[in-house]
Amino acid sequence: MTREDKATLLSVDGLGIAFGGLKAVNDVSFAVKPGEIVSIIGPNGAGKTTLFNMISGIYQPSMGRVKLSGEDVTGVEPHLLARRGMSRTFQNLQIFQSMTVLENAVTGYHLSEKGPILADLLSLPGSRRRARAAEEGARKLLARVGLDRAAEREAGNLSYGSLKRLEIARALALNPKILLLDEPAAGCNAVETEEIDHLIAEVAASGVAILLVEHDMKMVMRISNHIVVLDHGEKIAEGDPATVSQNPAVIAAYLGADAEVSHADG
Amino acid sequence: MSELLQFLFSGVTVGAVYALVALGFTIIYNASDVVNFAQGEFVMLGGMITWFAHAAGLPLPLAALSAIVVTAALGVAMNKLMIEPARGAPVVSLIIITIGASIFIQGGTQLIFDKQIHSFPAFSGDAPIRVGGATILPQSLWVIGGALVVFLGLWVFFTRTLLGRAVLATSNNRLAAQLVGINTNFVMTLSFALSAGIGALAGVLATPITLVAYNVGIGFALKGFAGAMLGGMGNPKGALVGGFAIGLIEAMTAGYLSSQYKDAAAFIVILAVLFFLPHGLFGRKSTDRV
Repeated sequence: MTREDKATLLSVDGLGIAFGGLKAVNDVSFAVKPGEIVSIIGPNGAGKTTLFNMISGIYQPSMGRVKLSGEDVTGVEPHLLARRGMSRTFQNLQIFQSMTVLENAVTGYHLSEKGPILADLLSLPGSRRRARAAEEGARKLLARVGLDRAAEREAGNLSYGSLKRLEIARALALNPKILLLDEPAAGCNAVETEEIDHLIAEVAASGVAILLVEHDMKMVMRISNHIVVLDHGEKIAEGDPATVSQNPAVIAAYLGADAEVSHADG
Repeated sequence: MSELLQFLFSGVTVGAVYALVALGFTIIYNASDVVNFAQGEFVMLGGMITWFAHAAGLPLPLAALSAIVVTAALGVAMNKLMIEPARGAPVVSLIIITIGASIFIQGGTQLIFDKQIHSFPAFSGDAPIRVGGATILPQSLWVIGGALVVFLGLWVFFTRTLLGRAVLATSNNRLAAQLVGINTNFVMTLSFALSAGIGALAGVLATPITLVAYNVGIGFALKGFAGAMLGGMGNPKGALVGGFAIGLIEAMTAGYLSSQYKDAAAFIVILAVLFFLPHGLFGRKSTDRV
């Protein structure tokens, strides 16, 4: 672990999981620093989402450790990770479909809005203030992802691209230290992709670490500080975008072994 | 006319009990998609424990309170010991577990208490109140009032409190709720406690009129289920309206048709709802994104 030092926010060490006899992810290690954008890439079925699910507490890893700010959080449940500053989005969207867009974003303030339940029941000023603060924050975030005009619409009626951005807004409402984004640009058109691109860079610039799974290679190469490449559940390469894109093993994984040969020949 | 009024009164009284049971169904269904068929047993326990505690010498209000608290605790135990270990199992399996729980509670009640029919004194005496040629028992007013107060309380809880909205969020999307930091296990526990407590309250209020024995739970569960289905499963307003409607339909059937068909009314309603109005009166169509 050459990259791990005191500034490390998230460190993944020898993480692996087996489903039955199949090792979906095997012995993967890497580290993420605050404000850094780290991307995980690899062909379909390489184990990227599985890796995400282990880091974010959805799956219990069969081996290895996950540390957040130096504390061991391996297999800790998602709602507790949220409290420790980890927030994530899903490839296949986890949205409150029958709530409005604004209500969805407001749920992101669940932790910061917490107050005595009696104050809520009696609608005391403190409770109303917390609710108002959550709503104001949610509206600002919706504006940031370009959904402010859809605030009152039912989330289930939004386009896929819009829901992607709504999920990011809700994840940001938790005020995370690290944000895990699973294919944020999938299903988005070129303009939307560029917007998400800017948004991610902006969030990272504010000091939040970003861990990204994305198929849009142009986007990955453009915004990543560091790239981890998976193939068949194993880490085959790691480094900055320029290094990784020149790595023969990476090219082979993406284009097949023949391509590697012809690449080497040419 | 006074005859109709009389049927109306008795319909609204039993309807209020069904509404409370239906609200109990709604809470657990909302939090977990599970239809808890042990809901009727909570009503039975409310009555039985109150009777027992009262007979043992506790003043009635204290006996009633202890019944509600004990039943709520049993609800929590049911969730922890039966539902939570099976989490991840298909909803149908969980529903079957609740049927098992229902049989278990009935059996346990027979052993711990007895098989006799019991009652305890009405809260405000037995002198019927005359209204327009018909009469209504003071206890009926307690039942109706209880249903309305519980409904209002739940409404405030779900719309105003963060915890209430956390329950709704959990029902809407469990994983997403966890992602924003909601402890969905706690939400489940809370739902079972609330649901069991409300069921017990229904038993406490209704027993002076309907009497209680170890086996009355199933009847309440089926009528309350019919009410919840009619109103639209998962909708508290629907549960309230549906419960009262089942009570009224039952009372009218008993009054104008034959009291032998009284119990059939609820089942005919269930069938009719499933045929013609599968989402109930207030239910929303489920729109799953594919």
